[in-house]
Amino acid sequence: MNKHVMADLSRRRFLIASAAAGGGLMIGYIPTSLARAYSDATTSLDAFVRIDRQGKVTIVSPMAEMGQGTYTSLPMLVAEELDVDLDDVTVDHAPASDKLYGNPALGNVQVTGASTSVRGFYLPLRKAGAAAKAMLVAAAAEKWSVAPDTLKTEMGFVVDASGDRRLPYGELADAAAKIPVPADVALKDPSQFRIIGTPAKRLDVKGKVDGSAAFGIDAKVPGMKVATVAASPVFGGKLASFNEEAVRKTPGVVDVVRLDNAVAVIGDHYWAAKTGLEAAAPVFDEGPHANMTTADIVAALVKASERTGAIAKNEGDAAKVLSAAPRKVEATYEAPFLAHATMEPMNCTVSVSETGCDVWVGTQVPAICQQVVAKALDLPLDKVRIHNHLLGGGFGRRLEADFVLQAALIARNLKYPVKVIWSREEDIQHDIYRPYYYDRIAAALDDDGMPVAWSHRIVGSSIFARWARRSSRTGSILTPSTARPICPMRLRISASSSFVRSRPEF
Amino acid sequence: MIEFTFNGKPTSVDVPEDMPLLWVVRDVLGMYGTKFGCGIAQCGACTLHIDGEAQRSCVTPVSEAAGREITTIEGVGAKPSGKAVQDAWLNREVVQCGYCQSGQIMSAVALLDANPAPTDEDIDAGMTGNICRCGTYIRIREAIKEAAKTIEAK
Repeated sequence: MNKHVMADLSRRRFLIASAAAGGGLMIGYIPTSLARAYSDATTSLDAFVRIDRQGKVTIVSPMAEMGQGTYTSLPMLVAEELDVDLDDVTVDHAPASDKLYGNPALGNVQVTGASTSVRGFYLPLRKAGAAAKAMLVAAAAEKWSVAPDTLKTEMGFVVDASGDRRLPYGELADAAAKIPVPADVALKDPSQFRIIGTPAKRLDVKGKVDGSAAFGIDAKVPGMKVATVAASPVFGGKLASFNEEAVRKTPGVVDVVRLDNAVAVIGDHYWAAKTGLEAAAPVFDEGPHANMTTADIVAALVKASERTGAIAKNEGDAAKVLSAAPRKVEATYEAPFLAHATMEPMNCTVSVSETGCDVWVGTQVPAICQQVVAKALDLPLDKVRIHNHLLGGGFGRRLEADFVLQAALIARNLKYPVKVIWSREEDIQHDIYRPYYYDRIAAALDDDGMPVAWSHRIVGSSIFARWARRSSRTGSILTPSTARPICPMRLRISASSSFVRSRPEF
Repeated sequence: MIEFTFNGKPTSVDVPEDMPLLWVVRDVLGMYGTKFGCGIAQCGACTLHIDGEAQRSCVTPVSEAAGREITTIEGVGAKPSGKAVQDAWLNREVVQCGYCQSGQIMSAVALLDANPAPTDEDIDAGMTGNICRCGTYIRIREAIKEAAKTIEAK
């Protein structure tokens, strides 16, 4: 296999290129530290752009498609610079890799979220497209013994100055893979854009209209069985007992798996698994949180709201103005716990064999899923292969890997692949809910009723403190609160928290 | 053995009589276009046609399908109204995540077969059992009207 690593482009990432296994050209764009490792590697399923000998262009999308349109917007970036018609592009899911597909807008972690896909990949994907085009042009120049700068491209063809000679990209792909990656690639001036900035048609509509689009729940693995699961309804609870005899007597039931906090019933089809799970009638020891209620949590937030908390912004002594203000408006605002309620219930298909573990799932965080499964099954990272799918809604629920971990634990000792599907009831009960917020807002008004001072105390559960345990609990709550108000005034923004948003133990 | 016609083909399955048609279609026949959303006929993702009428397959026992004609999203394009609706969905780019859209399309086809010129109110009433978490309802309504025009013109 022929690989080239090019010189520094952005000081942070290297362009890479290689011959594809079946012939053709592949282009990737990876952090500097990996360039050496990559050039020694034997596989290259990690490119952003693949052009095969038939000229078929495949764009590997580093970010997931969950309805927000990334499988159109990201290919637009590549197609613009590569100079191909968007309609001739196929999109493929990226495998798990922070290193190859980390989102530059989210700390180079492979996370689809926070409306960052285009922002994060605007330059990397354009550069990948431009590099591929430059190499195809160089290959044609070599073939025709002319200078590359006398050639141009036209929608999937390299064309010479006279317009007499033209070669399709597919016929140049093998030769292009042997061309050194250009030291620098020129990107188009925005005035030359013909795809970026246009209302392009979504590339994912057809499959979603004729039933052929594959979501995680539609994974089809030979020999696969179907499972459904009941976990302790309280965090920290344990499975106490269930009626195993009744489960095994249920027609179509294949097996039953006991986890520490859940029971899973496996059947020939979902109906058998569901019927078997009903027969299991599991009993849980609900553990230390058995008596906790939403009212308890709200009461703790109310109490926290009475503390000063961490100050994010304090301009012009707002507190003093507020305490002396003749006209003042005060209010509390509450946001409830919310289930994300994606249309596609949580599901994950896992096969554990001597070659490692394969995971078929729709996820916003493939690399995190890979890490979680590798740790749970005590496997090296490269033995866990994540096969991502279209997501039947994400909304942040599929930023969590709890259901992936659970499916891996269910599958760990089975001799066949298993598709674990949560019932809708399980999906709602075990959503990692959006946190409850209890915010206090006060404003001092002048004689015209305009605000002259404003205080906002945000009280809720920290989301980020789960990952960065040493970060302050209040810090991440405050992150979005530094936006400017619409009129000038004294400001005091603070946060107080008693909770870290719950997270399964990985 | 339960026998029925599935997307135009004679089909027989050996499953419990009370097994919902959804799981027969998905896990026995291996056709995944019809989706599981709730299991209690509250979301419409599993909508298919039995003898041309929209049914929630997650609560329809397979025994009810015996001797009848089942059509799913994979087969509905074979009839003109199905093709018109799918084309309108493509043209209007109705979908976002897409998970509910098989059910939306199957309900829309049944609606237009029964009422070729639906008003906004007719559409809202006919489509009320199909929910979309992405909120594509406005484009669904536009696409149904476009499909109605296509069908009328033929």
